[in-house]
Amino acid sequence: MNATTTTLRGRARVFARAHINTDEIIPARYLNTADEATLAAHVMEDIDPEFPATVRAGDIIVAGADFGCGSSREHAVWALRGAGVQAVIADSFARIFFRNAINNGFRVIECPGAAAAFQEGDDVVIDLAGGRVCAPGRGIDLAFVPPGEFAERLLAAGGLLPYVAGRVQARTAPNEAAPAGSEAGAAQAPSRAPRTSPARERRAPAGGAGSTPSNALTPEQRSPQEAR
Amino acid sequence: MGGVMEKARARARAGAGEIPARPRPDAEQDGAARCGGRRPMTITEKILAAHAGRDHVVPGEIVDVELDLVICHEITTPPAIRMMREIGVTRVFDPDRVLVTPDHFVPNKDILTAELSRRLREWVKEQGIPHYFEIGNHGIYAALAPEKGFIRPGMTIICGDSHTTTLGAFGCFAAGVGSTDLAAALATGRLWFRVPESMRIEVRGRLPVGVYAKDLILYVISKIGVDGARYRAMEWAGEAIAALSMEARMTLTNMAAEAGAKSGIVPPDDVTLEYVRQRTDRPFTVYESDPDAGYVECVEVDASTLEPVVALPSLPSNGRFISEVEPVPIDQVYIGSCTNARIEDLREAARILRGRRVAPGVRTIVVPATSGVWRQALAEGLLATFADAGCVVSTPTCGACLGGHMGVLGQGERCLSTTNRNFVGRMGHPGAEVYLASPATAAATAVTGRITDPREFLQ
Ligand code: SF4
Repeated sequence: MNATTTTLRGRARVFARAHINTDEIIPARYLNTADEATLAAHVMEDIDPEFPATVRAGDIIVAGADFGCGSSREHAVWALRGAGVQAVIADSFARIFFRNAINNGFRVIECPGAAAAFQEGDDVVIDLAGGRVCAPGRGIDLAFVPPGEFAERLLAAGGLLPYVAGRVQARTAPNEAAPAGSEAGAAQAPSRAPRTSPARERRAPAGGAGSTPSNALTPEQRSPQEAR
Repeated sequence: MGGVMEKARARARAGAGEIPARPRPDAEQDGAARCGGRRPMTITEKILAAHAGRDHVVPGEIVDVELDLVICHEITTPPAIRMMREIGVTRVFDPDRVLVTPDHFVPNKDILTAELSRRLREWVKEQGIPHYFEIGNHGIYAALAPEKGFIRPGMTIICGDSHTTTLGAFGCFAAGVGSTDLAAALATGRLWFRVPESMRIEVRGRLPVGVYAKDLILYVISKIGVDGARYRAMEWAGEAIAALSMEARMTLTNMAAEAGAKSGIVPPDDVTLEYVRQRTDRPFTVYESDPDAGYVECVEVDASTLEPVVALPSLPSNGRFISEVEPVPIDQVYIGSCTNARIEDLREAARILRGRRVAPGVRTIVVPATSGVWRQALAEGLLATFADAGCVVSTPTCGACLGGHMGVLGQGERCLSTTNRNFVGRMGHPGAEVYLASPATAAATAVTGRITDPREFLQ
């Protein structure tokens, strides 16, 4: 764990109910924009009409199980982030919301028992590396599985596509000599050089985006850890 | 290479039918080998650990995983192509690890879908992707990829489609993703996953005559619900699973999606290796769950007590034993989809339809899953059987499974289908009703015109 920010701190905003859906996070009637500030003006308003006015930058939402269920709209993440919410801690997340959050560089922490433990306004401290959510002075100390180094890098990059863009630029900059499509539609049967371990075969160091299995490394050259 | 295969076979043989021995991937020093003896893991955890270059992983953490295969079809890939361009990515990570087939609306249904297929085709040419399956050689991706030998044990596979889970039947980690993820995967050959908790479905006994993998999965989903495996890996085990063909196992893992699972997985055994060996000589690694691996839940089923199951409208979890289902009249019978349109499925349907006619007024549509299945069915005389019985047979396509074409339902119509989803509006008009069942139940129902127990036609 080499991330610089390993602790987050903020005010708890508690929505203890389970199954808060994306319609409640941002009602469908506001989906005509992707502007985060506009969406933020209506975030959570169908559950708590005061919320858009009282939310402060750095607040941490604490919620019950299956947070973000319902439609797969990414607007739910944008609205929360637009409102300055720095993280959502929930007993569990709906799958698509969880994935959308990470892909958008938004912090989500799955921590069973959080919704029952915290109260509105608690001073929440999240130890990201140690996997603990605490409220100093309230005796709350809950464990979660730390999302890990990769998730931290994704969050630091601002999400999946920015991360990929950075990675691909770094990789392709030195050499762009990869040959373009000469074989389209040709092969059906897998007939290329065998790759003993596709999983750990390192791609060609530079210009690797266009590499083909002719670049396959010999077993001696394979490394279990891909160079990052 | 044969040596690797033989060793893999020997390993699997040693463990077939019982709790398998700890794997010793012999190809190299990899993650699975290093983890041996350290911390017990499930097969899913081992595959993810090995592909993340890690000794071990725990459920709940996020890992960056190298992908062995990215599958593309014409619906979710064009948006991913656009996203890649937007972030300046000009090449896919490795054309050899990308498989492309149009399948949802083929042959082109209308101008819109023609444009989707055209963009896919042009991109394939531009990128020099060798594994492209054009019309005539195409198929529903989840049936096509294994048939063509692209699926081997131990792989990591994604596609922009929820039924990618199907491919876990080969002891792979296979998961469906969205277009954003697909773009990232095509650009880098990697994708992040939250390591899923594993649940174990242990199936004892043998399936009785007339009861199939489809009945088993519908039964399990009726017990655990459409959310019963939410984000989990559904791992299958037991005597009844060992006795299933690869095709039947794919039916099980296909519908992991309908239980909310991230993936479905069947540990490889002799049946797996035989199927794979016939189709590819590329090497692979067999992973097996440690005997003391951790599962969040274990579900036990006695296969010998099952009957044919029908899922009533409008949830896949509405499964009932056929003895408890009203023999309601049916307007259309659909035998198709990535769930149940492989050759064995067609053989089971033909067994019942041979020498019989479908009931007057019942539109019976047979859609083989791939061109290979279509040709095989032709060679075996199954297509003639279907035609003689009064069915129509189409070229492979997703077709009416998602209400696309080739059998879309009208208001108030009832369809019994071998597909995987019976949600409101799934196969057409929101006022239509869809019942899910096995190909045998579908064939029996086509003959009588009412939901019918296939065992009436099987001795
Ligand atoms: S056959 Fe149906 S479920 Fe399968 S991939 Fe096609 S649309 Fe999806």
